[in-house]
Parts: sequence; C-alpha cells; structure tokens
Amino acid sequence: MSNAAQLKISSELADKIRSHGAETYPHECCGALLGRDTEVAHRNVFREIHALYPLVNRRDDSPRNRFSLTSQDVLDAEKAARECGLEVVGWYHSHPDHPARPSQYDRDHAWPWYSYIIVSVANKVPEEMTSWRLTDDRSDFECEEICLQQAA
Amino acid sequence: MSVKVIIPTPLRVYAGKQESTQVSAKTVGEALGQLTTQFGELRKHLFTEDGKLRSFVNVYVNDEDIRYLAKESTPTKDGDTISIVPSIAGGSPKVQSPVSQPQTGAASKATTLSNEEILRYSRHLIMPEVGMEGQLKLKNAKVLLIGTGGLGAPLGLYLAAAGVGRLGLVDFDVVDFTNLQRQVTFGSDDVGKPKTAAAQARLSNLNPDIQIETFETKLTSENALDLFKDFDIIVDGTDNFPTRYLVNDACILLGKPNVYGSIFRFEGQVTVFGMPDGPCYRCLYPEPPPPGLVPSCAEGGVLGVLPGIVGSIQAMETIKLILGAGDSLAGRLLLFDALAMKFRELKLRKNHGCPMCGDHPTITKPIDYYEFCGVRGEEAPALNVQVPEITPRDLKSRLDRGDDLFVLDVREPHEFQICNLNGHLIPLGELPRRVHELDSSREIVAHCRSGKRSAEAVDFLRKAGFRKILNLKGGILAWSDEVDPSVPKY
Repeated sequence: MSNAAQLKISSELADKIRSHGAETYPHECCGALLGRDTEVAHRNVFREIHALYPLVNRRDDSPRNRFSLTSQDVLDAEKAARECGLEVVGWYHSHPDHPARPSQYDRDHAWPWYSYIIVSVANKVPEEMTSWRLTDDRSDFECEEICLQQAA
Repeated sequence: MSVKVIIPTPLRVYAGKQESTQVSAKTVGEALGQLTTQFGELRKHLFTEDGKLRSFVNVYVNDEDIRYLAKESTPTKDGDTISIVPSIAGGSPKVQSPVSQPQTGAASKATTLSNEEILRYSRHLIMPEVGMEGQLKLKNAKVLLIGTGGLGAPLGLYLAAAGVGRLGLVDFDVVDFTNLQRQVTFGSDDVGKPKTAAAQARLSNLNPDIQIETFETKLTSENALDLFKDFDIIVDGTDNFPTRYLVNDACILLGKPNVYGSIFRFEGQVTVFGMPDGPCYRCLYPEPPPPGLVPSCAEGGVLGVLPGIVGSIQAMETIKLILGAGDSLAGRLLLFDALAMKFRELKLRKNHGCPMCGDHPTITKPIDYYEFCGVRGEEAPALNVQVPEITPRDLKSRLDRGDDLFVLDVREPHEFQICNLNGHLIPLGELPRRVHELDSSREIVAHCRSGKRSAEAVDFLRKAGFRKILNLKGGILAWSDEVDPSVPKY
C-alpha cells in the first residue's frame, strides 16, 4: 500500500484554500485537490497538488458543520482533473470555529487513498491546516505532513 | 452478461491498480459480489460489516444511479458499464464549544499548567484530542452542578478529577444514611452534614488545584439567573419536575447548555439541551406530568449503580462540550435500561412553537414552577385531602391500653418484609377489591412509610362509608422516631 507521508502544495494554493474557508465562514467550504502521485524507487510515494477545484457545499440544512457534494460534483472534478492530465487525489474542507482535526463524521464518510485537507477557520480568520489519510482498515485517520513549496 | 466495472481512483490500490475490470453478472449486486471476490480488500470499503452497501458509495449503471432503479437488484445487460462514484462528505464536530468563544474579561484566563498539573493530567495531555490546549480549556471552564446527590456524585468526582477549573455546587439538603447507597461522594462520617460542604471537602481533597464554590440554597425562580450567569455549562442532576423546568428555562434565557440526566428505578435518560438550534426540555416535555404520576427515587427506588452510569455520561458530555470534541447528545435522547443492559436513542427536534426556545417565545423570565407542575412545596407529603390523623405516640398508648384497634398496612409486600407494625397488609392498589377484608364497625388505623399513601387509603375508605378510620401521622418513619427506634427507617 502506498501511503504517502508527504503532501506537497505550493503556498499559493494553500492560501487559496484558506481564503476559500474565510469566504464561506461561518459555513464550511469544500473542493477537490487535483494532483499526481510520484513513485520514488517503487516505494516512497509523494503526492503533489497542482490545482484546486473549488466546489459548492450542497448541505443547506447544516452548512456550518457539514459539507457534502453530489456525484455530479465528483464526476466534474474528475473530468477537470483528466483535462489537465491530473487526478483527483483528495478533498479539502474547512472547520469553522473548530480545530483542524477530523471529526467522527469525517472518518465515517472517508475514502482510503484520498488526502483530506482540513483548514480551521476561527471567527473568519483561517488558522491551522492539516492533511489526513484513512488507514487501510478504516479504523483511523493518519496525519500526513504538508510541505509548503514556494512558487517557482 | 459481460459488464465493465469502473473502479474509482481511491480504490484502485486494492484492485491491482486497474481502472476497470470485466465481470459476468445479471445484476449490479452480482457484479459487485464478483468484484469483491476478485479483490477481497475492496469489500470493507464498499460494504458495511453486515453486508450493506456503504452510504457514501454511489453506484451507477451507465449514467443512472441505482438508488432510483432497483438498487442492487438492478439488472445488467451485455456491454453495460457500472461506475462506483465516491460520495464526498465531511464536517466538523456538531457541537460548538461554549468556552472556546472569545470571552469578555478574560484577564484571569489560565494560559499555562504547573509541573504538578502536567503530571496530574498526563493521561489527558498525551491524547491529541485533549492535549495542552484541551486541558487549558478544562482549567478555564466553569461548570455549575444542580444537585450533589446520585447524579451529582459521579459528576462532581469526574469533573473535579478532570481538572474543570471552577465547579459550583447547588444543594440545600443534608446527607442521610439512605443517600450512601448511591451518592458515592459521601462517607458514613458525612451523615448529618450539609451535602455541599461534604462534597466540597471530598472534591478538594481529590483535586486541590480547582476552585469549588458552594451554594447551600434551594434553586428558585428568584436566584437561578443570578447563580447561572457566571458559569459556562449547567448540569442538571435534580430529581423533581419543578426544578428541571426551572433549570431549563434559566439556561435558555441565558443561552447556556444544559446537560440533562434523569433516573428512575432501572432506567436513565441523558441529553444536552439549550444548544444553538437544539431542542430544550420543553420541546421534549411541553407539559409536566400530573403530580404523583411519576414517583421520585424516594418513592419508586433506584438501583445504586444507575446514577453512577447516567451521571458519568453527563460528565462525559460536559467535558466534550468544553473541549468542543465529538458529537454531543444535543438533539438525541439517550435511553438506558440497566435490566436489559441496552442503550437506545431517540431523535429530539426543536419545537418551533416552543414557548421557551421557539420562534416566538412567550416566557421571558422564570415563572412559578410549583404552580406550573401542580405541586405546592417540595415533597408535598400531605395531599390536598384532609383526613383524621393519630400521632404515633397516641397510637402506642392506645395499643398499650388494650383498645381494640385494627392496624392496616397499605404498603407493598417487599416493604412489609423490611419492617412492620404487625398490621394487616393490603397494598394501596389492591384496597378497592379487598375492602371486604375490613370490618367497618372496628376502629382502623392505616399506615404506610411516610403517611402519604395511607392518607389516600383513609380518604378512599371514608368515601366507601368507613367512619372510624385514622391515618398514622408520619407513618413508620415517625413511629421509629417517636416510639420505637428499633424499627428501621428506609
């Protein structure tokens, strides 16, 4: 199994995720992470995010603490990724007024392999950003390191 | 039928990194079955442990969602394509932490822990879900416990042990021997002491680093708002309806969460009221039950461990609210049945017409809750009916004189086994059909434990034509106090 321990993202894209979270506050923001996995020596995989695909939170009953996307959103994101030679490698969402830790709800709805970036937004100000991957046996989320890359 | 199954990217690692595979199947269910036989690792990501398709797995045949076809029995034909499309959802924990909000006058907020505190709370600190940040939230939290009895015991002990920085205790009662079977904060030495003082001594011994404030008073409509206003979370550990409505209303008026628990015999209930957008106690029980319908612990009894379990769940919910962790019980009523050893859950919804927390509230200040609940005075032992009485001392001297008195015991058989006055046993509920066992020409003295049920019996018998009938004032409890201390009180 190829568990990437590192997620590379440019500081510019990271800032975009943060400002998306600030924009939708007090509601949750969400979107797709488009990128690519690169294998090094057949084992060590690192994952790089090359683009974002911001989406609209479809939960109008409790958008402050839930987000969900339709199948069409997912298919659209996959199509957008394919068009630029990338894959949907994960998803991001915000936790308004909550720490950037996966909730039980996140865990219950998570897919393996995807990276889940969570940004905490406290009172409109984006704070901590973390990334998580579900373990193979679905029992837990593992934190993966976010390596901020300065734009070339 | 040869059908193509498209595997979504996150699952390809479990399917030999293939984007799709070919199976032969007549239905979607069969196709998925073959897929998971071929790639065993896929099973737990697509299906729950009891074999149901997971809620966040969408399956399409060509471009139709099978939910709108025949679900897993949807037929497939040659050349069809089945796509598994991930449904993406997530969210933050449901609760909003009431103490993580910026507070005014936060000058005294603790920002560090001493080395002793770090050692004391090390099992919290090493959990990322609590950590230093969470422990400081606990230290800065202010929780008010209403009642220091059966529910208050585990609540006080666990919240003090967890390091809740400021605990308020409200109770007007005094420890007695019947409390010790379940109120584990107290020891035998505490009997006769005020409960708040005894609890304070025990809790500050458990954790000297926290501040414990005692309010040895009855919670009333006059003092509730003033008592509550300095605390973040109110925990209801009371045993009567007037106080429950009062706690609820005061919490809603002040916008504070109310961690609610109640117990009766072998059953308990727990939930969290007063959260933003959540229901309140009045949404669940708009009207109090008729007085006397739901007996208190003193009347109905309670298994001693039960408040330990229910109070511990309340303590856990309180700590989760402080940490802002997990999903709170707001909007869910947790029911616990100790005999069946089962937990059940009911959904609670906010009533938009609720006079307290609805869209147009009509209650704007605490009301008279005894009147609302139809009870006057806390215990209301003397019913509204006035019946002729005899004191224990008078009964004793008349029996000693050899007067012809028939002693009627209207308690239950298991109470008779605890102690009795050699009376004739007819439980109150059986009296109407066993009335022929009584001789209306003889003088009858009816008694129970406290004088309450026997007053009803006397009232009933008088209406049935009995004229020479008296109620033993204060029941066996008074008999033990005034006549014969060898008769146990219970």
